[in-house]
Amino acid sequence: MQDVLTIGGRELTSRLFLGTGKFAANKLIPEVVKAAGVQVVTVALRRVDPEYEEENIAAYVPRDCILMPNTSGARNAQEAVRIARLARAAGCGNWVKIEVITDNRYLLPDNYETIKATEILAAEGFVVLPYMSPDLMVAKKLVEAGAAAVMPLGAPIGSNRGLKTKELVRILIEEIPLPVIVDAGLGRPSEAAEAMEMGAAAVLVNTAIATARDPIAMARAFGLAVEAGRQAYLAGLGETTVYARASSPLTGFLRD
Amino acid sequence: MSFYEERQRYNHFDFESYFEQITDADIEKIIGKSRLTEWDYLALLSPRAEKYLEEMAQKAHRLTVQHFGRVILLYTPLYLANYCINRCVYCGFQVLNNIERKKLNLTELAREAEIIAATGLKHILILTGESRRESPVSYLRACVDVLRKYFTSISIEVYPLQEEEYAELISAGVDGLTIYQEVYDEEVYAQLHPAGPKRNYRFRLEAPERACRAGMRAVNVGALLGLNSWRTEAFFTGLHANYLQNTFPEIEVSISPPRLRPSPGGFQPRVEVSDKNLVQYILAFRLFMPRGGITISTRERAELRDHLVRLGVTKMSAGSCTAVGGRSGHDSTGQFEISDERNVPEIARMIYAQGYQPVYKDWQVL
Repeated sequence: MQDVLTIGGRELTSRLFLGTGKFAANKLIPEVVKAAGVQVVTVALRRVDPEYEEENIAAYVPRDCILMPNTSGARNAQEAVRIARLARAAGCGNWVKIEVITDNRYLLPDNYETIKATEILAAEGFVVLPYMSPDLMVAKKLVEAGAAAVMPLGAPIGSNRGLKTKELVRILIEEIPLPVIVDAGLGRPSEAAEAMEMGAAAVLVNTAIATARDPIAMARAFGLAVEAGRQAYLAGLGETTVYARASSPLTGFLRD
Repeated sequence: MSFYEERQRYNHFDFESYFEQITDADIEKIIGKSRLTEWDYLALLSPRAEKYLEEMAQKAHRLTVQHFGRVILLYTPLYLANYCINRCVYCGFQVLNNIERKKLNLTELAREAEIIAATGLKHILILTGESRRESPVSYLRACVDVLRKYFTSISIEVYPLQEEEYAELISAGVDGLTIYQEVYDEEVYAQLHPAGPKRNYRFRLEAPERACRAGMRAVNVGALLGLNSWRTEAFFTGLHANYLQNTFPEIEVSISPPRLRPSPGGFQPRVEVSDKNLVQYILAFRLFMPRGGITISTRERAELRDHLVRLGVTKMSAGSCTAVGGRSGHDSTGQFEISDERNVPEIARMIYAQGYQPVYKDWQVL
């Protein structure tokens, strides 16, 4: 049976989502998408310019991908809602990644405003994927607010520091009935694989691919890592123990 | 505490002694740190740090790519009016200079906007001299109404305003403020600004704070290099940016390191600031504020700008003109001579050639 991730009624076979903010040229985007088999691509609406096709970042997202505008630049729920509505009016569809950031040093999300924006936009029929600091109570409120998935950060945006929030993300995966997509901070394919092995539904990567020496090769590496991590999760990882567990036990001869 | 009060803390600080006691080991250690203090930043601006420019450049490049990607935002300045009542001794627009004075009417403005918009640019920076009679806030507001049809982001570089005036322009569609303190040394400032409202050092210094409180999205500060010791001016510019980021974490903070250019009036820079000095400043700031924007204008010559792309710069002006109405054929005197005269496609080609992408639109006024 095919392993499918369903979000907002759409079935996805690829569990690697791509961010597009940092590429050296928009024309790299289709090649990266192809190399990694990506099906969901997020673009900042602040970068979308329908009037200038040649430089319009959205025009470089292949048509068979789901275009997920994000609300980058929003400082509160109200601004995020306005950006999402603008995106839909501009023909970007009804998926939206909520980013509400009021901290320009670390770009950490404002969970409170994110919940408010999610509630409003979900009620308006958007498929809402909120970027969040991993916090169980916040995630529960996002579920109630109508989010289609939750997107906890692994580490601050662009930091390439990996899955620093592992314990908290693990709790979300256990407790939240929605897909948990690890967003931000993953710097290496092995970290993406680790998130997938834990049971993350998908990961979103931008900086690590866009700023690699060879972005296309790195995209391929992330694609493979995400697939490997997913396969490992489905196969069921063995338990970890403190003591050695011998394959041929020394006391196996004892009988009750 | 306002930045004016922060700045006061350094009034009696002996910069020369501090620079003298910096060692090679200090610089090496600072370059290796993940978060710099203001003292670390000052050390990187010292003469001692000059021999570590390559190490600083490598790190500055890595940090910039990590935080901003390989992209450079393009914008262009648009001069609305050159009427001015100040007597800043270094400025081409100062009241005593015998230049043709001009103010765009809204039809002329639309024509200029059309010409710029045809290049694909979506970020515009509007400038005026300081004359509340010729360029009152109501005029700026009317101009913003016109420009909104053509641009998605409108920044202002005008005389300092009151908080409610900033709020008024923000509600009209302005999202960015550029305001240079020119000189952070209050005594030198007094010498260079002998008459006019710009004499009020503190009112100008606190303008970014008023704009931030009014809800401005992005703020760009700077010192005009050549008016005073560049090392201390660079230090205070960095402190100012850091203060704004700490006080208003939601705003996007940038700095500019503009160097004095030839202008009507013929003022000669008091201090020479070499390319090497400029680069040291840019690198030190990048290591101090890894997420701070750095803007380089067409004041700098083409070849230097090409190299600066990879050293931490995040924004560049393109296709600039410092004369009022200069793009649509009106031949007035510019505020200063620009140095990089390439048009927008030429700048874009250069940025691509450096392995970066020019970005024409990076904000949409909400």
